[in-house]
Amino acid sequence: MTIQILMPALSPTMEEGTLAKWNVKEGDKVSSGDVIAEIETDKATMEFEAVDEGVIGKILIEEGTEGVKVNTPIAVLLEEGENASDAENAAEAAPKAEPKSEAEPEPNSAPKAAAEPKAPEPATLDPDWPADAPMKKMTVREALRSAMAEEMRADGDVFVMGEEVAEYEGAYKITQGLLDEFGGKRVIDTPITEHGFAGLAVGAAFAGLRPVVEFMTFNFAMQAIDQIINSAAKTLYMSGGQMGCPIVFRGPNGAAARVGAQHSQDYAAWYAQIPGLKVVQPYSAADAKGLLKSAIRDPNPVVFLENEIMYGKSFDVPDIEDLTIPIGKARIWREGSDVTLVSFGIGMTYALEAADKLAEDGISAEVIDLRSIRPMDTATVVRSVMKTNRCVTVEEGWPVCSIGSEISAVLMREAFDYLDAPVLSCTGKDVPMPYAANLERHALVTAQEVIEAAKSVCYR
Amino acid sequence: MAATRQRKPNASKEELLGYYRDMLLIRRFEEKAGQLYGMGLIGGFCHLYIGQEAVVVGVEAAAKEGDQRITTYRDHGHMLACGMDPDGVMAELTGREGGYSRGKGGSMHMFSKEKEFYGGHGIVGANVPLGAGLAFANQYRGNDNVACTYFGDGAANQGQVYETFNMASLWKLPVIFIIENNQYAMGTSLKRGSSTPALYTRGEAFGIPGEAVDGMDVLAVRDAAKKAVAHCREGKGPYILEMNTYRYRGHSMSDPAKYRTREEVQKMRETRDPIEHVRELLTLGGDATDEELKAIDKEVRDRVNKSAEFAQASPEPDLSELWTDVYA
Repeated sequence: MTIQILMPALSPTMEEGTLAKWNVKEGDKVSSGDVIAEIETDKATMEFEAVDEGVIGKILIEEGTEGVKVNTPIAVLLEEGENASDAENAAEAAPKAEPKSEAEPEPNSAPKAAAEPKAPEPATLDPDWPADAPMKKMTVREALRSAMAEEMRADGDVFVMGEEVAEYEGAYKITQGLLDEFGGKRVIDTPITEHGFAGLAVGAAFAGLRPVVEFMTFNFAMQAIDQIINSAAKTLYMSGGQMGCPIVFRGPNGAAARVGAQHSQDYAAWYAQIPGLKVVQPYSAADAKGLLKSAIRDPNPVVFLENEIMYGKSFDVPDIEDLTIPIGKARIWREGSDVTLVSFGIGMTYALEAADKLAEDGISAEVIDLRSIRPMDTATVVRSVMKTNRCVTVEEGWPVCSIGSEISAVLMREAFDYLDAPVLSCTGKDVPMPYAANLERHALVTAQEVIEAAKSVCYR
Repeated sequence: MAATRQRKPNASKEELLGYYRDMLLIRRFEEKAGQLYGMGLIGGFCHLYIGQEAVVVGVEAAAKEGDQRITTYRDHGHMLACGMDPDGVMAELTGREGGYSRGKGGSMHMFSKEKEFYGGHGIVGANVPLGAGLAFANQYRGNDNVACTYFGDGAANQGQVYETFNMASLWKLPVIFIIENNQYAMGTSLKRGSSTPALYTRGEAFGIPGEAVDGMDVLAVRDAAKKAVAHCREGKGPYILEMNTYRYRGHSMSDPAKYRTREEVQKMRETRDPIEHVRELLTLGGDATDEELKAIDKEVRDRVNKSAEFAQASPEPDLSELWTDVYA
């Protein structure tokens, strides 16, 4: 059977090109890999190699021809035992069908929500544990430590890796006692090599282990962000669902105190944009414990954002066997009727303080702790705003493309008719973090700013 | 090229025929992929492995069940060599439902848990710590599997490669770093991009043994790989193999290859071709007849044609696929 040689596409964008030169003539024998022609694409002149063996039976497009469409037959190749008349017949045969491009319906009917794991039941004032559970005071630090220890006891595939997590027991003492209990095989000190150990842990997760990677702070995870996003978050999708990446990246995030611009940054909005990642930023010790346990069990990569200033704060934590908090569910901290304050992580301290002061002025604020940034429990926020008709968001991160911006957009889309005032965002200031004590205080969000924003949307 | 080619093969006829068949399958598959690209059936980036076949076929000859492999974006050869189905690979290239990633990965992103193939990665150097992570899992589980981690001469200058060398040596991870030195990091020749050209010595500072291998000689590759695999299985830690090889085609499909001469490529093809080498060993030694080899040629060509037909007949993925596999 004769073979038609077609005008090739030699770049991702090429639709037509110039057949600059034939390096063979009719009757020449060619084998795979021989350069038979030179073709000018939209980018460069490329050599065009033969794929099949045979004899050039007929040249259909003369050299120097411009604007030859991709897939146009340009020559006929004869295989062993064929002659020129076969070439004539082949040349007259209809050209091969164009690659199909039939109109397709726009994918807007596809369910958008599928990319977002559905939030559990909407939040209520009820806690996520039995009402009669005994409570115990616990710091956020101890809550995180006990979450890891419990999960490591339950599953031998869980291990902790990071800088100073083992012998030093954690730069912030979150891994205190873990080396003693679990040994060096499962509590692993790494060199200072964030990019490398993040990638190594992702590889271990591909192989089915469940790493908990501690970044001494999330500022250093910027060195590793390619592995977090390109390797951890995208591989399940790129593999058509074959490969999972059950991994937790955790560590302190956001401003500490007086540590300057490179060590003071909130990454919530950065990671919140990435499909394939879950992002959690707890405020209370109970949520820190329950969410970290859920994160370690989750089959997806979870970015778990903590805060150094919160580590030493104590909260009531239910003293029950296996406390887990579902990822993707907000918590209503206090009910109110005049304005909804939405926050997460350390931002909650400002929101709650503001709510107390607002109450003194006769303004009843409802305070929602998002707890999870992705997936985000926007249903709880929307429901609250339908009641209060006003919303102020609170976070330490920068204002541009912030979590507050996202909430604002959601409310405009889903609660437009319920809003009696514009949604206001209280954020960190749009500057790198300064060192001087007074400047730093000013760069961070304050309870006073939240109070003023709440009064402003209440027209008070 | 470092070593001299073997004239007296320490391989049986069956082994040689196997290597010949495996290398030829990659060659013909890649030629077909290039052709389908030319017809507009394959899009985007497409990095062909033609010329480098002896590397992956030689390493696979030293591997056992349970060993893992991970590589960069020039990955079609690695998938075929570890036994993945040519139909599924070709259909992924055409972005069809029958592809290994159901059309969601493309040329650079395919995986097979069954064959312990962990991709297919597009960021130069990023698969190196991932490969060490596979080795970490082997050590954690206490098995004797080895993670074969392939990367190019270009990736050998990435920082995370050295972060990985350090950890792999520190923790004695069972990982073989296989540097496929095809002489050009896209358009930058080795001497224009590397302060020291001997890439196999790049682990010296970390105490990792390294060896330069003639990557155009499947038997030299296999023997070096056997040594490296044994080193890893004995718990002695990582090993570096620098495979000196050559890619005949451009970096990707749209590479006009102005950074090297036509004569250089032609000379490599004529004098160093890894497939011709095995063909010579088989015929000059009188082990195999022309008919036997022709039969393999035909079998391989038919297999590749079948994969191309499958890849064109397989439908495009359903639009609902857009939204699946984002979360487990």
